[in-house]
Amino acid sequence: MGIAGITVSAHPLLASPAAPPQTEAPVQTPAAAPNAVPVTLNVNGKQYRLTLDPRTTVLDALRENLNLFGTKKGCDHGQCGACTVHINGRRMNSCLTFAIMHQADQITTIEGLAQNGQLHPVQAAFVEFDGFQCGYCTPGQIMSGAALLHEPVGQDDDSVREMMSGNLCRCGAYNNIVAAVQSARRKA
Amino acid sequence: MNAFQYKDAANAEAAISASGAQPGGKFVAGGTTLIDLMKLEVETPRVLVDINRLPLTQLETTSDGGMRIDAMVRNSDLANQELIKQRYPVLSQALLSGASPQLRNMATTGGNLLQRTRCYYFRDVAYAACNKRDPGSGCAAMDGYNRIHAILGTSDHCIATNPSDMAVAMMALQAVVHTQGAKGNRDIPLNQFYRLPGNTPHIETVLEPNELITYVTLPALPEGTRSYYLKLRDRASYEFALSSAAVVLQVSGGNIQNAQIALGGVGTIPWRSREAEQALQGKAANEETFKNAAQAAMANARPLHDNAFKVKLAQLCLRRALRVATQQS
Repeated sequence: MGIAGITVSAHPLLASPAAPPQTEAPVQTPAAAPNAVPVTLNVNGKQYRLTLDPRTTVLDALRENLNLFGTKKGCDHGQCGACTVHINGRRMNSCLTFAIMHQADQITTIEGLAQNGQLHPVQAAFVEFDGFQCGYCTPGQIMSGAALLHEPVGQDDDSVREMMSGNLCRCGAYNNIVAAVQSARRKA
Repeated sequence: MNAFQYKDAANAEAAISASGAQPGGKFVAGGTTLIDLMKLEVETPRVLVDINRLPLTQLETTSDGGMRIDAMVRNSDLANQELIKQRYPVLSQALLSGASPQLRNMATTGGNLLQRTRCYYFRDVAYAACNKRDPGSGCAAMDGYNRIHAILGTSDHCIATNPSDMAVAMMALQAVVHTQGAKGNRDIPLNQFYRLPGNTPHIETVLEPNELITYVTLPALPEGTRSYYLKLRDRASYEFALSSAAVVLQVSGGNIQNAQIALGGVGTIPWRSREAEQALQGKAANEETFKNAAQAAMANARPLHDNAFKVKLAQLCLRRALRVATQQS
């Protein structure tokens, strides 16, 4: 009965040339959206000319249009920090801002952090201190940690925890993340 | 998310005109509230006017010794500005207690004043009943899970809390909001800026459609003024207040003078407590006075089935804030 049920319920999902859909759902890629407009973005020092629906966030433009998959989509609502990038040198949630709003800005992602083949000090410290487990939150953590080096933050670990609180880690690698950020700060 | 037309504006006049050209216009600054709510389809603007290029980014002293904060000054810049930290520590503390560093880098002074509630029923369009989102549809929170909801300023139509920390500090500092609109400029004291929900909870401020906040002024504070912001919440960081208190006062000969008290996390608007202020005026700065003030602040509280704890929490919050503020050297 159970197996039969699965077979029957699966049947409509099979491609059937005899029964084409009555109405075709409009397929819209971001570039093909009816109100798409030209958008120029500067990412990691490179200029990109795109055609985007104004609804495209910086995060979606990076991942879906520029194939820069390092920046991660976690909550998509500014609550987890996985999408953190630098805009004009300041860390921001790329999920909560539209690409079209940043045509005059310099965007830096995790892919643009290393310079001349050298890891950024925060990247190197994450390797040294084992600052990650599954790695999904890591690009956002590192972008926050890198920005933190230039922000007014107290010297102690609690101050670092407070200023890293916008980046959640479900694996719970927090102790090693704090150690990595503190190490990078001492060397900066 | 609904489709919208994007417009960029170079100055306030252009922004106001672009927003008013057709119905459904909204200004976008930091976007941390608006874009979040657009994704949830709670906000559905047809025109989005980007005000990030407006020349409203200055923070300066005024001739009377106060401060002028332009609407586009980011929360992180305002919190870390030396004069703000020295003269208005309550404002710096409130800002740094809110959101995350990333969000504070985006969020603006004007936008923070217009933050919308975190009521889960307002934010989730799957719930049909929300008078704030859909006037006349009812209130799912009233008989729902209302642990985070307001106990002051509520009505039978809405019990949603205002989520801002910054606005609570500015309420205690007696800030003035300056606006520009098609009909001209206005100076609106912050304590007249927010509207109680009453039977129109969808109207949250006295702003007219397409009226733009251009700057905020803080009056000068008398020499020796002490101020402090205390925020209590479910997590130590990156969480909205269950209860908060902004305290601005002077102590002279052991007695409290000119106390200005505002509460967060408990009101439908950033809550100025005249009752607490009257209970403190001229009284000795001691535990008995603080307790009386805290009780006075909650005298009109209307707790619901899940948020009655806030009555006690708000009292303890205010008492501790007063203790810290009066013991400062």
